Amino acid sequence: MPRPMTITEKTLAAHAGLDEVTPGQLIECSVDIVLANDITAPIAIREFARIGVDRVFDPEAIALVPDHYVPNKDIKSAEQAKIIRDFAREQGITHFYEVGCMGIEHALLPEQGVVGPGDLIIGADSHTCTYGALAAFATGVGSTDAAVGMAVGTAWFKVPASIRFQLTGELQPWVSGKDIILHVIGMIGVDGALYQAMEFTGDTIGGLGMDDRFTICNMAIEAGGKSGIIGFDETTRAYVEGRTEREWTRYASDEDADYARTVEIDASAIEPTVAFPHLPSNTRPVREARDVTVDQVVIGSCTNGRIEDLRIAAEVLRGRHVDPRVRLIVIPATQAIWTQAMHEGLFDVFVDAGAAVSTPTCGPCLGGHMGVLAAGERAVATTNRNFVGRMGHTGSEVYLASPAVAAATAVAGRIALPDDLD
Amino acid sequence: MRFEGTAHRYGRDVDTDVIIPARYLNTSDPAELASHCMEDLDPTFVEKVQPGDIIVAQENFGCGSSREHAPIAIKESGVSVVIAKSFARIFYRNAINTGLPIMESPEAAEAILDGERVAVDADEGTITDLTTGAVFHAQPFPPFIKRIVEKGGLIESVREQVGK
Repeated sequence: MPRPMTITEKTLAAHAGLDEVTPGQLIECSVDIVLANDITAPIAIREFARIGVDRVFDPEAIALVPDHYVPNKDIKSAEQAKIIRDFAREQGITHFYEVGCMGIEHALLPEQGVVGPGDLIIGADSHTCTYGALAAFATGVGSTDAAVGMAVGTAWFKVPASIRFQLTGELQPWVSGKDIILHVIGMIGVDGALYQAMEFTGDTIGGLGMDDRFTICNMAIEAGGKSGIIGFDETTRAYVEGRTEREWTRYASDEDADYARTVEIDASAIEPTVAFPHLPSNTRPVREARDVTVDQVVIGSCTNGRIEDLRIAAEVLRGRHVDPRVRLIVIPATQAIWTQAMHEGLFDVFVDAGAAVSTPTCGPCLGGHMGVLAAGERAVATTNRNFVGRMGHTGSEVYLASPAVAAATAVAGRIALPDDLD
Repeated sequence: MRFEGTAHRYGRDVDTDVIIPARYLNTSDPAELASHCMEDLDPTFVEKVQPGDIIVAQENFGCGSSREHAPIAIKESGVSVVIAKSFARIFYRNAINTGLPIMESPEAAEAILDGERVAVDADEGTITDLTTGAVFHAQPFPPFIKRIVEKGGLIESVREQVGK
C-alpha cells in the first residue's frame, strides 16, 4: 500500500512511474502537454536545436500559442511569431493557433480540450498553473524546460509539499473567484506558497463554476505556488465531457494525506477585494478603495477574460455609460468566447457603454500593446500582476480586481462596487 | 567555481518585470536583453555592473513571469552569481537550466552591503564578504541539480543522454 498522498503527489507519482512520492523528492516525469507562447517559444526553439534531435517527441503533445504580442505589434514581434509559425509547420505541430483561431493560451487550451484531468502539463508561461482547475498538475517553467520537454517528453521536478485551503460558507454578492484568490494572496503573501502546491477544497469551491475555478488556480503563482489544484467533481466532469480530446484520469487526495498546513477560510466573510500597487498581496476591501480615481479599465486576460467574466461585466454595464475620463478596454480571451459574447449581445452592451472591444491578446496585461499606460496614469484591471511598470510606464499604477468591480469602476471613474452605481 | 566581484544589493520580491521589462521581450537576443537588465528597478545598473559582479537580494528573487529572458539578461550583463534569501521557483529552475549560478543564503543576503567586495566558492558553498571578512554558508544543491549545473545547463545534460 503506498503512503496516503495528495492529488498532486498522486499525479506526479503516476507520471514518474512510481507507486509513491514524497515532498522534496527529485523525480523525472513524462509530460502530457508542453506549451510555449510567442515570448518563450523562440528561445525554446533555439535551445531545441542544440539538443541534437530532429523531431519533437510527439507533435500532438505540443501547444504553441502566439498570444502576447499578437496580432503582431511591431516588426520584432512579427519576427518572433514567424519563428513559431515556421517551427510549427516544419514539425507538424497539431496544436498551433494562428490569428483568427487563437486565444490567450490559458483560456484556449482547456476550452479546446487540449488539457484535461490527471494530465501533467508544463508551460513556458507562469500562469500555466491555471489548468489545475481541471484536477491536473500544471506548472510554469522556462524556455529551456520547454525545449527539453518538446525533444524528449520529460521534465524534472522537486515534489512540492501541499497547502490545503479549505473554504466554507456562501459568498457575498459580487464576490467571485478573483476576490477569493486575491484574499488568499493577501493573507499569505507573494511568497506564502513558495515551492508548494496550493490545493483548494471546501463547499465554497465545490459551488463555483469552472470559470471562477480557472481564475483561482491561475493566480497560484502570485503567491509563489508551484501549482494550484482543485479536485475532480461533477462540475469538472460536465466541463470536460465531450471536450477533452484524450482520455482523462481522476486522481483524488487521500483523506489522511499529509499537508504542510491547512488554512481554513470563512468564505462568507470575503469582501470584494482590490490589490493595490505594486504587489498582488497588497489587498484591501473595495470599501476602503473608493477614493481611487482611474484613467483606464481593462477587462480580460488569462485570469478573467472568459465568458462568465464578460457576462458579469455586461450585467453591470447594461444601460450605463463609462465615465468620460475613463478608457474601458474589453478583451475576450479566445475566439470562441469572442463569438459567444457577440451572439449573446454583450458587444452591444460594451460598445453602447463606450468600451473598446479587442480581438484576443495578452496585450495590455504585460504592458505589451492595446492599452499601455503613460506616466502618472492609473488602471483597474482584471489581470494578475501589478508590479512596477507592469502595464506601461514605471510611473503608472495597476489595481487588480474582479470583472464586476472593474466594470463598476469604469462607470464611476473611481474604484466602485456595482451597488454603488445609480 | 569561484567568483569575485562587487555586490549590488536589492530588496525583496524583485520581480521579472523589473529585471527585464516586457516591452523588451519582442527580442530574445541576449546582448540586447542585457542592455536593459534591472532597468525599471535601478536604471544605473547597466552602467555600473562589471564582469564578475554579484547581485545580492532578499526574499523571493525573480518572482512573476516564467521569462528565461530574466536569468539570460542577468548572466549576459556580466553578473557571476546571484545570492538571495530565497528565489521564486520558476526563476530558480531557469537559473539552473541556463547555467546562471545562484545561492540561497539568508545570512549573506542580510549582511552584505551594496558596493562591498564579495568572494564566492560555489563548490564549497562559502560566501566571503571581503570588506568585513565575514564568511557565510549557502545551501548546497542536491546532487541531481548539481549534475545539471556541472554540465553547464539542462540542454548540455540532455544532449548527452540523447547522444547515448
